[in-house]
Amino acid sequence: MLKVVEINNLTVQYPDVKALDDVSLVVNQGDFLGIIGPNGAGKSTLFASMLGLNTKYKGTIKFFDEDIKKSKNYLKELGYVPQKPIFEKNFPVTVTDVVRMGLRKESDENKIDEILQQLWIHELRDRRIGELSGGQQQRVFIAKALVNNPKILILDEPVTGIDQQSIDLFYSILRELNSKQKITIIWSSHDLDAVNKLANHVACLNRTLFFHGESETFFSDDELVKQYSEASMQEHMHHH
Amino acid sequence: MSLEILTFSFMHRALISGVTIAILCSVVGLFLVLRRYSLFGDAIAHSSFGGIALGLLAGIYPLWTAYAVSIASALVITKIKDKYNISGDASIAVLLSSGIAVGLVIIGLSGGFTIDIFSFLFGSILLVSVDDTVLVLALTGAILIVILLLYRQLLYSTFNEEQAKVSGVPVEKINYLIVFMAGITVVTSIQLVGVLLISALFVIPNVTAIMYGKGFKQTAIISMSFSVFSVVVGILVSYVFDITPAGTIVLIAIGLLAGTMGIKSAGLLSKN
Repeated sequence: MLKVVEINNLTVQYPDVKALDDVSLVVNQGDFLGIIGPNGAGKSTLFASMLGLNTKYKGTIKFFDEDIKKSKNYLKELGYVPQKPIFEKNFPVTVTDVVRMGLRKESDENKIDEILQQLWIHELRDRRIGELSGGQQQRVFIAKALVNNPKILILDEPVTGIDQQSIDLFYSILRELNSKQKITIIWSSHDLDAVNKLANHVACLNRTLFFHGESETFFSDDELVKQYSEASMQEHMHHH
Repeated sequence: MSLEILTFSFMHRALISGVTIAILCSVVGLFLVLRRYSLFGDAIAHSSFGGIALGLLAGIYPLWTAYAVSIASALVITKIKDKYNISGDASIAVLLSSGIAVGLVIIGLSGGFTIDIFSFLFGSILLVSVDDTVLVLALTGAILIVILLLYRQLLYSTFNEEQAKVSGVPVEKINYLIVFMAGITVVTSIQLVGVLLISALFVIPNVTAIMYGKGFKQTAIISMSFSVFSVVVGILVSYVFDITPAGTIVLIAIGLLAGTMGIKSAGLLSKN
């Protein structure tokens, strides 16, 4: 099986807290990995490190057997959907403009229409991004991530502001991308049920990785699920 | 109004440079406005005041020293801002006041204000020479070519730096490039509206154009059209009525902004 991502002993130390502690993780081609963990568990730090946005870490991160500190080539094979794409509400770009930003080769202009159709946002193509609902914006950013035919898709799921219908559509899009187009998906989510239904692998993160394996193993082990839920709950109480 | 004024060669030079500068300022200004850097043009212009004073003192053509001082100080302040984590508006204030301070001290040393300083402060588009016109055309051409070539990177890093980085855009270099282009644009435009009104050309047509709710290219074209309209009408009207061109140009641009706000309040534009 081809290893897409290999993380070894990843540790990220912030001045006041250890955000990640000795995390090791392998993602194989075709995996649909759901990363779950309470707020502040280090999911964002893990993604930032994988995307090359945080370089202050110990350990190694490899994509396609190449250390990302040595080569940035892997970014060409990667699509990223941020949790909260921050922009000014009246920023003068249309849906097409946003998707075009993701396009590496300008000759592939036809690809934009194709991807907009695939994600059911074709009729929105001339609308400004700021006018759209949270769910529509999320699909635009998925389109931008997919427009270069990436082999891996990394998604940070938004916590708020998306209606149920959009969430269902989002999940069915992810399923199709993974099963039909064979895109490896790494997806951070807070929705345990959704991860159970969609992902074939699960990683439970709470600064350290306390479970990583097939989702069946995780979800059939009541003790593990209970432990996870308690840890999340504690964190939740702690935050309030 | 007699059409006779269109036959004067100084008027040809004024209109050609004016239109070129109008296009340049609106395009570069769009990136600055969207980066919440609206007053950066103003800050560079004020630092160019120091450069102009330096040129006058040293007997060098003041625009050359203005280019050197403005671009250098804009790049330095950007570096300092990143390194010491100073906010954008505070760094603009630092740049703005240090330029004026240097200018005032140098002018004091050289024995007081001269007429030259006033033409730089308030613009002197009707006095623009053939050489100046050629310089304006060449620099504008060069900057527009760079913007067309790096269009995607410039827009993407303005829209969202983090995502642009993940897509492989060299965001830091692009940021310095924008600052560099803004420096050249400001000094080039001083002849038209002067140091004190420069940010008007950067900001007002763009703020107006953004209200029309269109995509990026259309917004840029709308902004350019408003900018060119303001400059051409401003130059002609100010000549006919013998009033200051810089002030007239800016007031016309503000008129277009007010008109657009009126149309928008009346619900005639899309909800954006």
